[in-house]
Parts: sequence; C-alpha cells; structure tokens
Amino acid sequence: MISLTVNGEPRRFEAPLTAAQLIARLELTGKRVALERNGEIVPRGQFEQQQLSDGDSVEIVVAVGGG
Amino acid sequence: MDSLVIAGRAYSSRLLVGTGKYKDFEQTRAAVEASGANIVTVAIRRTNIGQNPNEPSLLDALPPSRFTILPNTAGCYSAQDAVRTLRLARELLDGHSLVKLEVLGDPHTLYPNVIETLSAAQTLVKEGFQVMVYTSDDPIIAKQLEEIGCVAVMPLASLIGSGMGILNPWNLQIIIGEAKVPVLVDAGVGTASDAAIAMELGCDGVLMNTAIAAAKDPVLMASAMKKAVEAGREAYLAGRMPKKLYSASPSSPTGGVIAPAKDKAA
Repeated sequence: MISLTVNGEPRRFEAPLTAAQLIARLELTGKRVALERNGEIVPRGQFEQQQLSDGDSVEIVVAVGGG
Repeated sequence: MDSLVIAGRAYSSRLLVGTGKYKDFEQTRAAVEASGANIVTVAIRRTNIGQNPNEPSLLDALPPSRFTILPNTAGCYSAQDAVRTLRLARELLDGHSLVKLEVLGDPHTLYPNVIETLSAAQTLVKEGFQVMVYTSDDPIIAKQLEEIGCVAVMPLASLIGSGMGILNPWNLQIIIGEAKVPVLVDAGVGTASDAAIAMELGCDGVLMNTAIAAAKDPVLMASAMKKAVEAGREAYLAGRMPKKLYSASPSSPTGGVIAPAKDKAA
C-alpha cells in the first residue's frame, strides 16, 4: 500500500505504480497533461519509467481559460 | 507588412487576447476569431480528477497549430510558484518557450509584485524561456526586466479586470521611449478607445481579456478591439497633428469667398 498526494488530495494505491499507471488510473491517458513529482517536472517521455514512491506529492495540470 | 515581432517571430495582429471568463469554449473561440489575435493566453491549472474524461479541452477549441499559445502564471504570488507553473507549461506545450510571467502581490487589487517578478524573470531567462512580462507602469522596473532578458515588457494600463483604461499615459510614454523590446499594455483596457489610445501612444501591442469577455456581446467587442488596435497603430504611424488651443488656419481656402451681402436695411 502506498499513499500519494495528487493535486492536493490524499490517495492510496494497493501497490507502487509508475507515473503512466497513475495517469491511466485517473483516466487521463492520451490527454494533454503535464506532471510534477515533488516539485520536479517529469517529462512525458519518462512517464513509463518514473516510479512513484510512498509519500510523493504529484501535481497534474492542463491548460484552461485565463488572461 | 507592419508586423509585431516578439523574440524574432513576426505576428500580423498586435492584439493579444486572454481566454478566461467566457461562457463556454464555443464563445471563447468565436471571440478569439473575431479579435484576429495570433497569440492567446491560457492558464495552467490542476486537472479535474474523476470528472467526465471526455470533457473537451481548451486546446481542442484553440489548437496550438493555429494559435501561438501563451501560458501565463496568473494566480501565482511567488517567484517559485511562477517558475514551477511555467516549467509545467513548457512540458504541456511540447517545449514551447514563449510565456507570460505575472506574479501578483495582492488578491484584492491583483497589483503585480515586481520584486518576485524580477526574481522569476531571472530564473526563467536562465532556463531558456522567452519571457513576456506583466509589470507595473514603473519605468525603472520595466528597464530592469528588459535588461534581464525579457522579450517583451507589458505594463498595466490600470488594474487587472478593472476596465479603468489608461491611467498614466505619461509613464507608458517613458517606458515606450526607453524600451528596446516590444512594449504591450496588459490589463486595464475597458473599451475600444482605451486600446486605440494605447496604440497611439506607441505601444507595440495590447493584451486584454476581461474587456472582451465581460462585454454584453463579447464577439462584437472582440471585433471592435481588433479595429481599435489597428486604427490606433495607423494613427501612431501616420503621426498626429500637433494640438493647439486654436489655429486661425481654416481647412477651406481663405480667398475666393463670394461678396458679402449688402445690408438690406441700408
């Protein structure tokens, strides 16, 4: 069991997972998103390899309307 | 062709528009189209997790293949958050490096925090970003932002979302006179005449959001703003006549006027 904070919300997962697996679990696969892990960018090309660890804080962002 | 050149790239429109506060993406797109803008700003926000996965996205309505997407840091109150936001934006937009930096100092007035802005600009320029920077109308700060390496300086006309128009044309004139990079008025424009005045002062462009989005008919206002920016630019290039209290120089010839009527009473 690992705990992550995703966009400020605590979330638990039964096993460690990669950034790509997290994106899939959140039904965001194929969406244009950017991901930050503990304040550092994870490039999209590294989602498959990037392992997420217990206690990690993840931010997933999109472009929205704004000035 | 009188184009706006930012960081070596030419744009045909001198009007830049934001994409916030619209009713829906359809209206956003219609207003952007009517404005003729080439550059549109977007915000970077947390994705809604667990909501409709087929929800349309802004970048479907405004594809980066057609528009230059300018990610901004609106809502950031520290240099660190602004830098993180733009690193995410660059990743989101496949390495796109042209960005709008905006670091606010106060949630009530949305007045910019120029100290945090200077600090963020330094970091971003070092990291290879092309920074268009929102700032106050302080000519010294504007110059310092240019010296750091920002590709455009964007002083406010008045506070964000206020629609108060150009409150200090004199400071804007000083900034324009001193700048070697494009100067764009960003924030405070309320209606078409404000945009025209900004351009007549010699601004290279105008960036606005609320003036269009909060109009009763945003699409019509977008069209008005397009014309105002073009008219103001042409008037600036044409060079206006000097102002004087009176001229004693009528527009019509002074000679050849028909004989004055005889006084009938005589």
